[in-house]
Amino acid sequence: MGSLKNDNNQGFLNRLSFKFDLRDYSLFIALLLIIVIFGFLTGGEFLSSRNISNLFSQMSVIAVLAIGMTLIIVSGHIDLSVGSLAGLTGGIAAILQVWYGWDTFAVIIVALIVGALLGLWQGWWVAYRAVPAFIVTLGGMLIFRGILVGLSQGRTIAPLDSSFRVFGNSYLPFIFGYILVGISIALLIYFTIRKRKRRKDLNLLLSHPAIDYGKVTLYSVVLLGLTYMLNRYYGIPTPFLIVIFLAIIFVFVTNKTTFGRYVYAIGGNAEAAALSGINIKRNVLNVFVLMGVMSAIAGILLTARLNAATVSAGDMYELDAIAACVIGGTSLMGGRGRIVGSIIGALIMASIDNGMSMMNIPTFWQFIVKGLILIIAVWIDISSKKQES
Amino acid sequence: MNSDYILEMKNITKEFPGVKALDNVTFSVKKGEIHALCGENGAGKSTLMKVLSGVYQYGTYEGQIKINGVEKKFESIKESQEAGIAIIYQELALVPELSVAENIFLSHELMRKKIINWDKIYAESQKWLEYIGLDIDPQEQVKNLTVGKQQLIEIAKSLTRNTELLILDEPTAALTESDVELLKGILRDLKDKGVTCIYISHKLNEVLDLADNVTILRDGQSITTLPREGLTENEIVTNMVGRELSEMFPYEPREIGEKVLELKDYSVWNPNSHRPIIDKANLTLKKGEILGLSGLIGAGRSELFMSLFGVKVGKNKSGQVFINGDEVSIDSPADAIKNGIGYVSEDRKRYGLVLGMDIIKNTSLVTINNFTKKKIINSEEELHNVEQVSKKMKLKASNLESIVGTLSGGNQQKVVLSKWLLGNPQILILDEPTRGIDVGAKYEIYKIINELAESGVSIVIISSELPEVLGISDRILVMSEGKVTGEFSREEATEEKIMALATGGRENGIIKE
Repeated sequence: MGSLKNDNNQGFLNRLSFKFDLRDYSLFIALLLIIVIFGFLTGGEFLSSRNISNLFSQMSVIAVLAIGMTLIIVSGHIDLSVGSLAGLTGGIAAILQVWYGWDTFAVIIVALIVGALLGLWQGWWVAYRAVPAFIVTLGGMLIFRGILVGLSQGRTIAPLDSSFRVFGNSYLPFIFGYILVGISIALLIYFTIRKRKRRKDLNLLLSHPAIDYGKVTLYSVVLLGLTYMLNRYYGIPTPFLIVIFLAIIFVFVTNKTTFGRYVYAIGGNAEAAALSGINIKRNVLNVFVLMGVMSAIAGILLTARLNAATVSAGDMYELDAIAACVIGGTSLMGGRGRIVGSIIGALIMASIDNGMSMMNIPTFWQFIVKGLILIIAVWIDISSKKQES
Repeated sequence: MNSDYILEMKNITKEFPGVKALDNVTFSVKKGEIHALCGENGAGKSTLMKVLSGVYQYGTYEGQIKINGVEKKFESIKESQEAGIAIIYQELALVPELSVAENIFLSHELMRKKIINWDKIYAESQKWLEYIGLDIDPQEQVKNLTVGKQQLIEIAKSLTRNTELLILDEPTAALTESDVELLKGILRDLKDKGVTCIYISHKLNEVLDLADNVTILRDGQSITTLPREGLTENEIVTNMVGRELSEMFPYEPREIGEKVLELKDYSVWNPNSHRPIIDKANLTLKKGEILGLSGLIGAGRSELFMSLFGVKVGKNKSGQVFINGDEVSIDSPADAIKNGIGYVSEDRKRYGLVLGMDIIKNTSLVTINNFTKKKIINSEEELHNVEQVSKKMKLKASNLESIVGTLSGGNQQKVVLSKWLLGNPQILILDEPTRGIDVGAKYEIYKIINELAESGVSIVIISSELPEVLGISDRILVMSEGKVTGEFSREEATEEKIMALATGGRENGIIKE
């Protein structure tokens, strides 16, 4: 408080800022640390092309859930049913295809619709009936799992068409990978220049060019390196490509649409949002519908990757998704969180799984380590909030 | 030295950043008396009691407190309780789901070998309830009792801890007539039994009815202590207000236009409560007019305008609302905004701002749809508009991406005002617009309000600060207990007249002009 007093007479100044927000970078540092540690402990095997490719395929399902979960948590709610819902929608897609011979396009549409409808159902209870989301989605977790067991009669449903498996088990050809990265880097440079120019025109705080362009260089190197590594194996995995695509859409939605703005306002202060004329109920409902659709996408990716739908598919994924969001800086108190952070959170969670498996550490340790990381991440969130106020 | 006095507070000064809440206050209470403490909102009564009870611990204020002639330095509420002081606040501190007896002995349960001795708790509770003259079953759940009875339970609870000095803060604000009488009887009875009582109240008839002595605070200073004998309400009021309207208020007479808003028999109530929240309010508001709304806390002023703004404050509402001559029905803030109404809440942190968001996003929260194409935000347009209004408001911040939680109270209030002004409202409701704001920023906000009225916006100012209402309004309405009890033009209004109507006294009973 009161840190603005120095500038009281000067109004809004455009200043160059060298200030580094450590919170923004702590995530990257954590990720880097994990990579280095596992790289060292596995004798470099963790950083092999094959493993990186596996890692990105593995993280995709959780990353998709984490993207939707970010909006849920930002709006001040929680969704414990996403694992069951992913299992159910994936199961329905598999049943329709394997048992009834529907084609891939049709089963995907049905899965997405089912996801949206079940999201609508939960959102209605939360928004219009004021039942706490924790309870509604805890119920949903049981209900959806129950429906899945009932529909599949407890059996594993396989195999799926090759056109379906594409979503989990294919790769972008090398040349397209490089083209994509080239375009990405060009866009990155373009947007950075445009952002700097606009912020200058609008008298906003401008970071030092070295920081902005340094970031661009760093991102470009990482992107190129990553693509090179993935191309040394089979190329960029399709599920990861889908994650990137969804991430771009959701980053846009959160930053540039009224819906995104409202979600942050509702999570930040629901009473103030309501008195600003925002329809809290409808927006919360929409967030749950979106979460339902994202769960269905996750379910499709999961079923495609396993080439089967099982009764226990997606079990406990909700916890991984929530952990990914929290590690990525999303505040469980609502109002704060970023899509990119959650995806990095998902990558961290997947890296821990993957790295510990490679080291042949028993599964029980993975649970313990992930549990501890979750608690510490929330503790960091809470203690940083205390410092602010 | 003088042990006639149970309490002596000498030269108490308490400062908050930028505000002197208490300035050299001296306050003494004799043993066994009922001593009333009077003053306007913000005069320092609550602060004084918080100093006394250890909420503000020793060292955060200057001055000396003596209990029974012995100096005390309370570090916590617990220490003041041990010294025999108990405060009963307006907001009760009972657990509704527990029984009367459980509440009375909460946190000092009677034990027998580490096990709660329920028989003894019920027996003792019965004894204390009888002692204060209350006929209630100690096993009754507290939530089934009226607010008045609950208050008496709190008194019983405090008496079990050897309370010698009982402090009641606005005890009758939420009570029905019969509960008020019950409370008065019990207080007189306790007085006979030797319990000393400090009675804080706005209701001057009660004060005169109960008190032996009356101490009056104004602007953080102790003005005088007067004995009950020969004291009139008028005398108290004069001492409570007694100050000149300073040059704080930039007021310019302006042209006042046509009727913009009219309420006819507007009522809000809950089916099971004793009295309506709003009782048949009738009022009009004209174009470019500043309408002041005065009354005590709890008179229903905020509730009236929150309800008008589409916020649910009671279960049912009735009556008619006309805007520019057309009857409208407003069921949500969104409806109100569509009808050109803006509402600046009295609690800006809770109802006005998303504290974790930056200035830009807070300012554009209401009007964001004006800066969108197909629900996609045009950031340049948004920023351009926010910047313009912020400049007009003379907002002080290092940049517009500052998080509003880090701004000063005055600047936060400017963000809230900007938020509404971006939508060009025709009616702007300001609920305690200068609460918690330093003097300089207050003046700027008054100037903005005047400019807005000049430009044709109709403004309602709800304020508990009488000088503010008198200084800025073209016309003043007074509310008391959910009713509009009076109306004054700027010229005829005085603090005395307003206080008389706000406290429920009869106009001609007090004013002798």
